[in-house]
Amino acid sequence: MSARRVSIRALTLAALALVAVVEVFPYVWMVSTSLKDMAGVTRFPPALWPAPLHWENYSKAWASGPFLRYAVNNAIQTAGILVCQLFFGCLAGFAFSKLRFRGRDACFLVVIACLIVPPQVRFVPLYMLFSKVNLLNTYASLIVPYAVSALGTFLIRDAFQQVSDDIVDAARVDGAGTFTIIFRVLAPIARPTLVAFSLFSVVYHWNDFFWPLVMTTNEAVRTLPIGVAMLREEGTSDRWPVIMAGSMFVVAPVLAIFIVAQRHIIRAFTFTSLK
Amino acid sequence: MPARWVGAANYRALASTEFWEVVTNTAKYSVGVVVLSQALGLALAVLLNDRTRLGALLQASIFSSYVVSWVAVSLLWIWLLDPQYGLVAYLLRLVGLPAVNWLGDHRLALWSLVLVTVWKTVGYPMVIYLAGLQAIPGDLYEAAALDGAGGWQRFRHITWPLLTPTTLFLVVTLTITSFQGFDIVKIMTQGGPVTATMIYVYYIYEQAFQYFKLGKASAAVVLFFIAIVALTFAQWLAFRRRVHYTT
Repeated sequence: MSARRVSIRALTLAALALVAVVEVFPYVWMVSTSLKDMAGVTRFPPALWPAPLHWENYSKAWASGPFLRYAVNNAIQTAGILVCQLFFGCLAGFAFSKLRFRGRDACFLVVIACLIVPPQVRFVPLYMLFSKVNLLNTYASLIVPYAVSALGTFLIRDAFQQVSDDIVDAARVDGAGTFTIIFRVLAPIARPTLVAFSLFSVVYHWNDFFWPLVMTTNEAVRTLPIGVAMLREEGTSDRWPVIMAGSMFVVAPVLAIFIVAQRHIIRAFTFTSLK
Repeated sequence: MPARWVGAANYRALASTEFWEVVTNTAKYSVGVVVLSQALGLALAVLLNDRTRLGALLQASIFSSYVVSWVAVSLLWIWLLDPQYGLVAYLLRLVGLPAVNWLGDHRLALWSLVLVTVWKTVGYPMVIYLAGLQAIPGDLYEAAALDGAGGWQRFRHITWPLLTPTTLFLVVTLTITSFQGFDIVKIMTQGGPVTATMIYVYYIYEQAFQYFKLGKASAAVVLFFIAIVALTFAQWLAFRRRVHYTT
């Protein structure tokens, strides 16, 4: 009985290890390919680790487009969206949880309804709108459509609601204005929610390919995912080391954050969807 | 060009064999992704439901792909699946199997995309199921063990029924997110070979930005939105019934 148990345990571990290898090894291959030259890529059998290492693939990828521009744009887009979402989310979260006014719950229902409208439903009308007001190819077309997040508002309202009204009243008695109450009193208490939502938002928008692709045609405002995708269109398959090196520009920052904060990130993704 | 009232013309323009193929492709892609990633996610969650260091490490490595950009994942898999120099072709050759044209064969391409999608997203159902598992009180299992229930019986009569809300949630969420699939098609296959991997959002994108048929694209968006609302409503109904069950 116990021998059978041990062998089942061993089998389970082996299966899990196999899945983990299948999940992780492609990234090792990505890095390994990014350090090979053409001969290394077409060699049979392929080498796991190239020698010498061809670091020049990274500078080649970086130089094959305005990648500094893409990276800066990506950061502006991601940070701009996050700041707006947190700011408006806190304001709306406060209104929906601590203020009493006619139609509050009806308004909140509208916010909830927005949760089920994905960007793929909005992009055609928003594209037409932005094109009418000449805002295509601007940071505004990347940031404004996401400036208010229904999910963020929902989560922040939920967190604010759990803060006792007494705390808000006490702050008011001490002479705190509404902004002070929201950003100095409530926001610090709701920090776990704000952090979880921020991680979720940053990962989503840093990686976002669809929206910038639709809203921009100009390199001056395009972002890393588009720049990386274009690496492949520029040449044929003989560019795989360069393409893999370029992919690292968009992957590495996210993986670095993930390795440092994996528990927080996994909790953030579970938390934001289960609420 | 000024807008002009055209009645249902945009919807009639949609009615074509091509559109029907897009709908079928999307359905196949969604069913494949939802069934596979959920089954695999549940299996992984059950096996990893302990708080050991190794368990946490495996969880993190399986989940990691979920936060990586679709663009990078798609490029990586074009390279891995390259029929000539790709890693997969090499591994197949090692075990004596013939090369497979994963993305070029019109019967296979859509299923290749399903596999890549499952590879990238399986961490999500895994962590959601893990959260569901941790909410199941441990004394239920102890009581069942006292009654002599084996591992499979405990799964069948405790874990699975108590995870029903999680499963329902995941079916709807994963269906909706797989309906939104776009990046992988745009980068890996552009809908091809021919129309074998043309799925819904990519079709809308092509109509709007390749052929500039914004009316037709909008009509397709409206139908898409109706499908999502219907799914969400179905989920709500199912949850409501579930609550009646347990109370």
